[in-house]
Amino acid sequence: MPEDNNSVVIENLVKQFGDFVAVDRISLGIRKGEVFGFLGPNGAGKSTTIRMLCGLLTPTSGRARVAGYDVGREPESVRQNIGYMSQKFSLYNDLKVIENIRLFAGLYSVPSNQLQARIEWVLEMANLKGQENLITGTLPGGWKQRLALGCAVLHKPPVIFLDEPTSGVDPISRRQFWDLIQHMAEEGVTVFVTTHYMEEAEYCNRLALIFRGKIVALGTPSELKRDSMKGELLLIECEPLGNAVEVLQSAPDVIDAAVFGNALHLVVRDAAAAIPQVKKYLSDHSITVGHIEKIRPSLEDVFVSLTTERDSGKERKA
Amino acid sequence: MTEQPQSAIFAEALTKSFPGIRAVDRLSFDVSAGEIFGLVGPDGAGKTTTLRMLAGIMPPDQGKATVAGFDVVHDPEGAKHHLSYMPQRFGLYEDLTVDENIRFYADLFGVKRAEREDRATQLLQAAGMSEFRKRLAGKLSGGMKQKLGLVCALTHRPKVILLDEPTTGVDPVSRRDFWRILYELASEGVAILTSTAYLDEAERCHRVALLHQGKLLFCDTPANLKAKLGKGVLSVTSSDPRGSRDQLEHADGISSLVLTGDGLHVVVDDAARRIPEFEARLKDAHIPFGAIQQVTPTIEDLFIDAVGSGSGASLHV
Repeated sequence: MPEDNNSVVIENLVKQFGDFVAVDRISLGIRKGEVFGFLGPNGAGKSTTIRMLCGLLTPTSGRARVAGYDVGREPESVRQNIGYMSQKFSLYNDLKVIENIRLFAGLYSVPSNQLQARIEWVLEMANLKGQENLITGTLPGGWKQRLALGCAVLHKPPVIFLDEPTSGVDPISRRQFWDLIQHMAEEGVTVFVTTHYMEEAEYCNRLALIFRGKIVALGTPSELKRDSMKGELLLIECEPLGNAVEVLQSAPDVIDAAVFGNALHLVVRDAAAAIPQVKKYLSDHSITVGHIEKIRPSLEDVFVSLTTERDSGKERKA
Repeated sequence: MTEQPQSAIFAEALTKSFPGIRAVDRLSFDVSAGEIFGLVGPDGAGKTTTLRMLAGIMPPDQGKATVAGFDVVHDPEGAKHHLSYMPQRFGLYEDLTVDENIRFYADLFGVKRAEREDRATQLLQAAGMSEFRKRLAGKLSGGMKQKLGLVCALTHRPKVILLDEPTTGVDPVSRRDFWRILYELASEGVAILTSTAYLDEAERCHRVALLHQGKLLFCDTPANLKAKLGKGVLSVTSSDPRGSRDQLEHADGISSLVLTGDGLHVVVDDAARRIPEFEARLKDAHIPFGAIQQVTPTIEDLFIDAVGSGSGASLHV
């Protein structure tokens, strides 16, 4: 696998806990300046993989290089060359803005001759010049996010890990934040994102979906929506809605049926063929169809399709 | 706004302020039996405060609210028998089993022992958790914990359920399971008010109310809201998203343009007109692109259109 352009290279990475294989031979190459998203149900091996990539957990076998360092043999060097930002673990709410910045500068050993310049840079980037003495906990949502990002990159790491960085943030602040991320990526920073928010997944250049320790899909958001969905998606408005789901679940050629708001979403093998069949099937069961059309799957549809189809029928995770 | 006799939840001009901030600003809406109503908005928009007022645990400064016909301001105890409130940090006892937690909450709500067992079995089955009765709550996954929380909140057969961001941090598959339970409850006539910051989750509600800084931006079915947008939304797929953006950002007819991971998301005045124009621009500039398609507006598009494309939130100090 050519390493020149790849900032992160993962080859047959495995992590086993006793008999349990949490990460089952994952291989990936992530380019410098790429915004790469990692999706997957909780317990699928996502966090374990990320911990290995951050140099926090030793792999059982296989290898990974992050920012040029081997995660198994040089975890310290890996940790010094990455930034990490997560909702649950970032800023101290009762410290002032400037105190948080200084704290993180210390943690990341920013050299004293660069310190002032970096502090200025973070304040500028987070739009907090002149507000250094505000208590962090009082900052409105979007501002805290930007400050947390600034603190995570004080040491100018070439690779950063973001965990649901804009959850709960209003859409406008979210766009501004991702604008910032995209600028950083344009300047060559490699950005690794993990999230359950499909709105965030859409900002990634490529996505990998992990399920039961393996990668089950890899591609751009559009590629995933187009190619990864097992079947095609129909939207159906009908009366009575509740009965329709049960009826359709046992209909031939229907892969899945679920209520979605005031309508039904139906996964079928072939939309064009299914539309007239479904109409007839529903009216045979005294259900009036108002409207039926093929719709584009969302990333969430892809996610669910790929993480439940491997279990026959009703999937139940502990 | 006159109260409909069949409103399971009715709020009129609800207002609540905290020092320096108007958290909820003259909020009015109603929810019918069997309806799933979404309160959607970012953190700080006023969702939790609204839910607390409706649950009768925080009095409003002004305004009126009734739940299951009871005035929650003047008779919160009357309302409590018919409602269930599941706050964001729901108190499950990690060292009790699933069964023990349900028993605890059933006792708390005064559910008679005879009923309790049947009810628990039925709810656990609906939640797909029948095999986990003896498991310690602390050992459940995030999604399962949320479902258990919901089961505990339902033992006394409330007519109204108030949920505060019940699926935060829960993966999409578990979220779908959770929603399946909500739809079943709704079909039994329960009124459900749920808050969420996940804009795509808002699409699953029968009606949504978008909150921004304590005020209601709009309230309607997702389909109606999108139809009213009156603008087209385009998705441009391109292997050079930045190049595409540079070419299109000054084109006519655009009200907002966002760089996504593999292209652009553009809101325009007239999709049919602009698609060929944009295609021509990109071709002339030799920018590779896959397709320009019209797509359904997202709730995020509605939100941004309503609030304005943002010169950024100002910092009120």
